[in-house]
Amino acid sequence: MQKFKKFIGLVVPLDRANIDTDAIIPKQFLKSIKRTGFGVNLFDSWRYLDPGEPGMDPGTRKPNPEFVLNKAIYHGAEILLTRENFGCGSSREHAPWAILDFGLRVVIAPSFGEIFFNNSVKNGLLPIVMPATKVDQLFRETMATPGYKLTIDLERQMVTTPIGETIQFVVDPFHKHCLLNGLDEIGLSLQYVKEITAFEKERRQQQPWLFNL
Amino acid sequence: MSTAATLYDKLWRSHVVREDGDGTALLYIDRHLVHEVTSPQAFEGLRLNGRKLWRVDSILATADHNVPTTERSHGIVDPISRLQVDTLDQNCQEYGVTEFAMNDSRQGIVHVIGPEQGATLPGMTVVCGDSHTSTHGAFAALAFGIGTSEVEHVMATQCLTTKKTKNMQIVVDGTLEDGITAKDIILAIIGKIGTAGGTGYTIEYAGSAIRALSMEGRMTICNMSIEAGARAGAVAVDDTTINYIKGRPYAPQGERWEQAVTYWRTLTSDADAHFDKVVTLDVRDIKPQITWGTSPEMVSTIDGHVPDPAQETDPVKRMGIERALAYMDLAPNTAMRDIWLDKIFIGSCTNSRIEDLRSAANVVAGKHIAKNIKLAMIVPGSGLVKRQAETEGLDKIFKEAGFEWREPGCSMCLGMNDDKLAPGERCASTSNRNFEGRQGAGGRTHLVSPQMAAAAAIAGHFIDVNEVKN
Ligand code: SF4
Repeated sequence: MQKFKKFIGLVVPLDRANIDTDAIIPKQFLKSIKRTGFGVNLFDSWRYLDPGEPGMDPGTRKPNPEFVLNKAIYHGAEILLTRENFGCGSSREHAPWAILDFGLRVVIAPSFGEIFFNNSVKNGLLPIVMPATKVDQLFRETMATPGYKLTIDLERQMVTTPIGETIQFVVDPFHKHCLLNGLDEIGLSLQYVKEITAFEKERRQQQPWLFNL
Repeated sequence: MSTAATLYDKLWRSHVVREDGDGTALLYIDRHLVHEVTSPQAFEGLRLNGRKLWRVDSILATADHNVPTTERSHGIVDPISRLQVDTLDQNCQEYGVTEFAMNDSRQGIVHVIGPEQGATLPGMTVVCGDSHTSTHGAFAALAFGIGTSEVEHVMATQCLTTKKTKNMQIVVDGTLEDGITAKDIILAIIGKIGTAGGTGYTIEYAGSAIRALSMEGRMTICNMSIEAGARAGAVAVDDTTINYIKGRPYAPQGERWEQAVTYWRTLTSDADAHFDKVVTLDVRDIKPQITWGTSPEMVSTIDGHVPDPAQETDPVKRMGIERALAYMDLAPNTAMRDIWLDKIFIGSCTNSRIEDLRSAANVVAGKHIAKNIKLAMIVPGSGLVKRQAETEGLDKIFKEAGFEWREPGCSMCLGMNDDKLAPGERCASTSNRNFEGRQGAGGRTHLVSPQMAAAAAIAGHFIDVNEVKN
């Protein structure tokens, strides 16, 4: 995982609540056994006018000119601004994989689906929870200002608007540590091999029926 | 502070290997269920990092999402689906993981086979790379879905790094009337608290109506905890739980059984335990439920109507309703009974167990599906459910009524195999998600109970199941 550094990124507004993981990456693309290559199919059924199937050449597809991610002014966006309950639905990690593969690095919303939130953090995608009124304000500013960019500073847990207004956000200290240092969580947990082994041994004695497959 | 604990508190505490000052815990995982969609990248990760599987006897694997529900002897035709299923087979072989492969008689939807085999037991932590792992909470287990990175983490460490959620109790009291099922209860709950209502909580379902439910019914309710925004749902242990488990292939036996039962009996919330939030419902107020929109909270009763967005004052909600109605091709104020259907799907990890099939068969027996229904399919949750149903003659009842009788799997719950809605088609489905395109691009899904789906198949449109039965 890459270290999450401070950056200034273009914002793309996706004005919709309850965006589920089926919308983020439709099921037909989950058949891949890889972690990469999902970006071209991010929001597939909204982004293209023709039905998408795995393996299609994106060059031959019909993009939906109305869909916000297809608009030229949002090309190169790195920050997705959206509404509540983003990423609700399934546990598919293909959702954050697709978002990252597309080039987005931050999603700002009033709330997130829980599994999506965890999956994002584990892949270096930063989900920022912000009060709905602040999200509203950012929507207004983004729509009113072409080329609207935000500064994302995870270290100081701060989003800065183009006119210098700062918005603090909360982040779990463990998540922050992992994101900033690009840490592999498995490696971290394996520092506790002794504790896990001891716990397991006791469990095996007390509830032997759990060790049965 | 009192030491009284909720069921969730007890489950949590008994699995904490270590905890940091900020509450981040290393939680021990007893049971890891694996399927073909969310595991290949995890196995690959293990390999790339030269890591071993921590405890192979904690894992039970099956192929369910991609498998065809028609004749299987020739394998899977779609090469991409086939590769994913083959990859699971290879990984399980290489690592020595117990797998019910596609042609095993015990194969089925991962959340159906765990309980069926006794691989899901009270007091366990159960995880799977699948959000509907919450199903297993019906057994007083702490069960929740995880992503692929976490699947790899559990494979390598037998643990998860996670934080405790808050406690919510949903109390459902009263006596269930005919025609009202566990599915109606959970849809009514989601209608009440919303799809984000449970975010940050583990829900314990309690009350006389929950206690009166079979394990199948409790699984249906816990299954959709995720649709209520919660990561996990649970029901306390009682005789129903213990009777269900007894004699299952992986359940303890003899002396161990007695020992286990004694422990399992402690898996209830203490009388004075604290819940951060309590929601109460009376089942007398619950009527048969049907979703009309593209989120499970967009739900109405059979005698209700599609809402009118003009009546909604919250602009974000109004836009949500307008979008949903446009996608669903429904006019505001349409009576739910006037919604006509193209397809009927009875299956999925929410409603594909034997009891679900019995209740649907009971509705359709001696009748025939309506002319406008292009396809009505029954997809049992597992090979064993299918066999049991056949022993009881349910397959005949369904076939005579014009239903197709299929092989077990996820099927049209998400349409990763050939079972899909065509664009514009409208389906009464016993599954759990009515998201746009879930059952096929452009397809329209209405979530209902198996009885209501069966009744709709006979009438051709939604109808109170009691009217069809009489
Ligand atoms: S039946 Fe549907 S919800 Fe259940 S595991 Fe399969 S795809 Fe997921």
